[in-house]
Formats: sequence, structure tokens, C-alpha cells
Amino acid sequence: MAFLDRGARSLLLSELVSGLALTFRHMFRPAVTLNYPYEKGPISPRFRGEHALRRYASGEERCIACKLCEAVCPALAITIEAEPRDDGSRRTTRYDIDMTKCIYCGFCQEACPVDAIVEGPNFEFATETREELFYNKDKLLSNGDRWEAEIANNLALDAPYR
Amino acid sequence: MIALAFWLFATLTVASAVMVISARNTVHSVLFLIFCFFNAAGLFVLLGAEFLAMILVVVYVGAVAVLFLFVVMMLDIDFTELRQGFLRYLPVGIVVGVVLCVEIVFVFKTWILNPDMATVAAAVTPPLDQISNTQALGSLIYTHYVYAFQASGLILLVAMIGAIMLTHRARVGVRKQTISTQVARKREDAVTVVKVPTGEGI
Amino acid sequence: MANLLNNYLLPLIIIVLEILAIVVPLLVAVAYLTYFERKVLAAAQLRKGPNVVGPFGLLQPLADGLKLMMKETVIPSGANRVVFIAAPILTFTLSLIAWAVIPIQAGVVLADINVGILYLFAISSLGVYGIIMAGWSSNSKYAFLGALRSAAQMVSYEVSMGFVIVTVLLCAGSLNLSAIVNSQAGSYGLLNWYWLPLLPMFVVFFISVLAETNRSPFDLPEGESELVAGFFVEYSAMTFALFFLGEYGNMILMSAMTSILFLGGWLSPLPFAPFTWIPGFVWLFAKIAFVLFCFLWVRATFPRFRYDQLMRLGWKVFLPLSLGWLVLTAGVLTAIRTWSGTGG
Repeated sequence: MAFLDRGARSLLLSELVSGLALTFRHMFRPAVTLNYPYEKGPISPRFRGEHALRRYASGEERCIACKLCEAVCPALAITIEAEPRDDGSRRTTRYDIDMTKCIYCGFCQEACPVDAIVEGPNFEFATETREELFYNKDKLLSNGDRWEAEIANNLALDAPYR
Repeated sequence: MIALAFWLFATLTVASAVMVISARNTVHSVLFLIFCFFNAAGLFVLLGAEFLAMILVVVYVGAVAVLFLFVVMMLDIDFTELRQGFLRYLPVGIVVGVVLCVEIVFVFKTWILNPDMATVAAAVTPPLDQISNTQALGSLIYTHYVYAFQASGLILLVAMIGAIMLTHRARVGVRKQTISTQVARKREDAVTVVKVPTGEGI
Repeated sequence: MANLLNNYLLPLIIIVLEILAIVVPLLVAVAYLTYFERKVLAAAQLRKGPNVVGPFGLLQPLADGLKLMMKETVIPSGANRVVFIAAPILTFTLSLIAWAVIPIQAGVVLADINVGILYLFAISSLGVYGIIMAGWSSNSKYAFLGALRSAAQMVSYEVSMGFVIVTVLLCAGSLNLSAIVNSQAGSYGLLNWYWLPLLPMFVVFFISVLAETNRSPFDLPEGESELVAGFFVEYSAMTFALFFLGEYGNMILMSAMTSILFLGGWLSPLPFAPFTWIPGFVWLFAKIAFVLFCFLWVRATFPRFRYDQLMRLGWKVFLPLSLGWLVLTAGVLTAIRTWSGTGG
């Protein structure tokens, strides 16, 4: 009997038909696609996107030019030059990140003792030329000003796990 | 209109036939041969033999010439080497050509149609406007010429089996897939699901 | 002069108009078949498919066409130029000229020739040349391998397809496509059509058509994951577009052939009043769309065959099966004729 059963099954293409039925059922399920530029998926507070240099609430920049981020960067994407400022505090004169080298590992923000360099939630910073991806200090600071609210919120949300 | 079509097909047939033997690239030769077949099919259609025309296209163009093309494409032919003996073999070639030509002329010169032809014709088919030529052909082949037809089929079968026998070699020690056993295999034969209690192992 | 006008020019103009009446809707259908394919595949994979260009992405095929027209036609330096250009033209032309014999509705057909089905078969068997020529003339290994695979595959499946067609011809008793459709008419509607009495042959034919049009799961000639794109890997812009159009045109043609041979062509599935009022071409269109949907459905479901399995299926399964069914059909038909006393 088993032989007959098997023969009938293979002659009637039962496996093929069950496979076809499966795809047919799926055609009526709602699509899981996000309509990207108009809909976006949820992002973790720990998401490592575009870099930003933060400021204190007073408007003073946080970075103290300790160069820990430059040292830890595995892709050698960060270049820092520093000098004492007129008021005697140590500040960077140059803070460049080559975004074409960066691997978004997040070591820089882990290394930073003052939470100055952070990777923000922004991932839509594609440019039309390569040069635009060589970020300097002005660009990073303006990023920080632009995304401060989100970055502060994310840091607060992540704080309990640190 | 018909005359125009005839001259078109006839000229193209002859021209492509000439190109078959004069083209330098063998693949081009085969392509011209296919074109020649195709135009011959057109001539058949003009004659009212549409069945033959279609069969010519299906069998010769669709299958035989594909194999031709296959072989010619796969061969790596050195054309300069091929042309080396041209002058040496030219006299022999000319002699053969002349003999063939003379024979054909003789055949046509001495060809007299037997006056009794019309009466001894195998079977009279009604004119084309009463019966389609597919039907006419079928009723001739499968009645009057059935033995000849079957015999030619048998010869082809023998040729096919012969070709397979000549080229087939049974290799030993080759692992082969047996699809029937694979299909017959069921989930129960291959997999058992065992509920393992946590922390105790099997 | 008037004679020339009446005898040659007027018929010529009428013929050209008739051809355009077939070809233009066909090309639109081809364009929207690509859209349909992407939408069906997307639905089966829980995606959305094209939805940006125009409402519901309906202008996507036009955008694609425009893109292909704007691009540069690249001819490889090692290519055989004439054959390279001729191959896509041949493929495209063949997919169009076959439509001459497809009956759209009762009595509406461009050329109602006696050997319609043989003509279709002949044209579809010519399709392999476009592919071989493209593969050989590209002077590329991938293209050549794709062409070899495709040629062997198409020739193999043509054999069993031929036998399936012969079984239908035996039942219909004619090579004329309109006569084949008419012979499927009856009081049981869709149960009268040949798909039911010849069910195994219908399945064999459908699968052979998939192989003949190089569709998934038999898309080895262009298997993108192993041969890049197979025989048309070197083609770009308009030459590529012609291959694309030809291939999709062939898909529609083969669906039309399946509809006519097995699904009763323009006949209504339910042979009573409200359904018979709908004009025949609508039914034919619906049937073609259904078969095309099956093409896409199969593509969404099955993985690609291995080449030796493909050949095994063609020669060791389909050929004996269709040959056996042919003999069986002939026997049954003879028996019916003998017993019903009408004689052969």
C-alpha cells in the first residue's frame, strides 16, 4: 500500500502543489516592506550613525583634546591637533574625521571621557562627492548642535545599561 | 503578387546557397544554410504545400541545423590551414564537378515523362481547394505507402540506436543519483524528533 | 496607376494596419507583463514591488524602457558585429510574427492558415537561433555556455511539446487554430476543454513551455547566479531591450498557445447567457493572463533545476509519457469511432 501511496503522490506532483499553495497563501499576506523614505524602521538608542561633537549647555565645546579617540580609532579615521586656548584651557584646533575610512565601531564614543564625540542616530548623510565626507571640526560641531536633543535622549535611555 | 514573392524567395535561396559555399567563416556558412532552408520553405508555401514547408522549418531548421551549428561553433577551425591544399586538390575537384554536371545534363536531356504516368499514379488526390494538403499527404502515406513509410522510420530508429550504442560508454565507479529512491524517502525515515528534558541529556 | 493603387498599395496599407493592431497592444502587454511579474513576485515574497513611478508604480515599465533607450549600445571588440546585432533583432521579430495565426476571437485572425499550429511550432523552434547567435557572436565564455545550455534545452523540450500538440491535434482533427478552439466548444463549458481529458498532457505542456521560454525553474541559460546573465551578458541598451521584449513576447505567445490548445481559446467557460455576452477576446485575454500568472507563480515557488535533472526530465520522463499518451489517445479515439459506427 505504501508503494501505491508514494506512486500516486509523485504522479500527482503533491509536493509541487503544496509548495505552490504555500506561495499562493503568502500572496495575500500584508507586505512587510517599509516604504523607506516615507516610513522608517525603529532605531536603537545605541545606534551608531553619523558622528557629532557635543557642547555643554553653556555653549562651551566638550572636547578637551585628550586624543583618546584618535588613539583608539582602528581605521585611523580621526586626526586631531591641539593647542592651549587664550584662556589656558586645552582645546582642539583641528578635529577631522574621514567618514570614508570610518567603520562605525563606536570606539571613539566609548573612549571619550567627556561624552564629546558621539555617534548620533542620523544615517542619511550620503553625499554626491567624496570630499564632502571629509568632516572637519565645524561640520562635527554643527552636527552636534543639530542632533543634540536626540543624542541627549539616547544617552539618557542607554545610561542604565552602562 | 505571387510572382513577386516567388522571385524574392528564389533569388534569396540561390544567393544564400552560394554564400554557404563561399563564406569564409563556417558559422556564417551554417547561418546562410538556415536562411536557404527558410526560403525553400517559402517556396513550398507558394506551391501550396504548406505542411511540407512547416515540417521543413521544424525538422531541418529547428533541429538538424541547430546540431550543425553546435558542432561548427565548438570546432576550433584554422582557416589558413584549411586553405593550404586548395591548389593541389583543385584539379580533382574540377573533374568531379564536371562529371556531376555532365551526368545531370544527361539525366535531364534524356528524361521523358512516361505517357502512362497519369493512369498509374499511386492514388489520385482531389485538388487543393477540396482537401488540405496535410490530409492529402496523410491519406497517401498511411495507406498506399505505409510499408515504405514504416520501413524508413525503422531505418531511422536503427540509426539512432546505433549512434547511441557507438557513443555510449558505461563508466564504472561513478556515483549516480537515483532519483526514485530520493523521491521515495520520507521524513519519518530520516528524522526523529526527540523531546529532550532540560538538563538531563538523552 | 489606379490599378497599381488598388492591387498593391491598398492591400499593403490594410495589412500594415492589421499588423499594427496586433503588435502595438502586444508591446504594451509585454511592458506591463514585466510590471505584473514584479508585483506578483513581490506579493509572494511579502514585498510591495514597484510603487514609486506613477500611481501604484504603473509608469515603471515606461521608465525602464526610456532608460534602456537612452543607454549606449556597447559592442565588444571581439564580437562578430553582424551576427551580434542580428541576434536580438531575430529574437524580437520571431516573437512578433508568430501572432499572425493566433485567433483573437471567432473569425478574427490575421492569417487563418491551415497549418496554424505547425506554424507556431516552427516559429518557436526558430527561437533558439537568436540565442545561439547571441552566445557565439559575443565572444564570451559565459554567453557561449548559456547559449549551449539553452540550445540543448530548447531542442529537448520541443520533442515532448511536439507530441503533446499531436495529441491535441488528434482530438481536434485539424491543424487550424480556430478549428481547434471550435472543437472544444460544448454544453459543459470549461469541462469540455482539452485540459480535462488530456490533463497529464496539459501539465507536460505547461512545464515544457516553461523550459522552452527559459523561465524559472528552467532558467539555466541565463542563470544569473552562475552564468551572470547567460547568452545576453554582453548586450546593453536597445539590443538588450530587444532580447527582453522578445523573451516576454514569447511568454505571452506561449500562454496564448496554451489557452488555445487546452483552455478553449476565446470560448466562455460557462456556456450560458450572461457569460456568452462577453466578447471572446476578453476571455482569451483572461486565460492568457491566468497562464502568465501561473508562470510567475511557479517562478516565485521553485528553485532552479540542475542541468542533468533538466535533461532527465525532458528525455526520460516527458518523452515516454507524452508518447504513451499519444498512443493511448489515438487508441481511445479509434475505439470511440468504431463503436459509435461513424468509421475512421
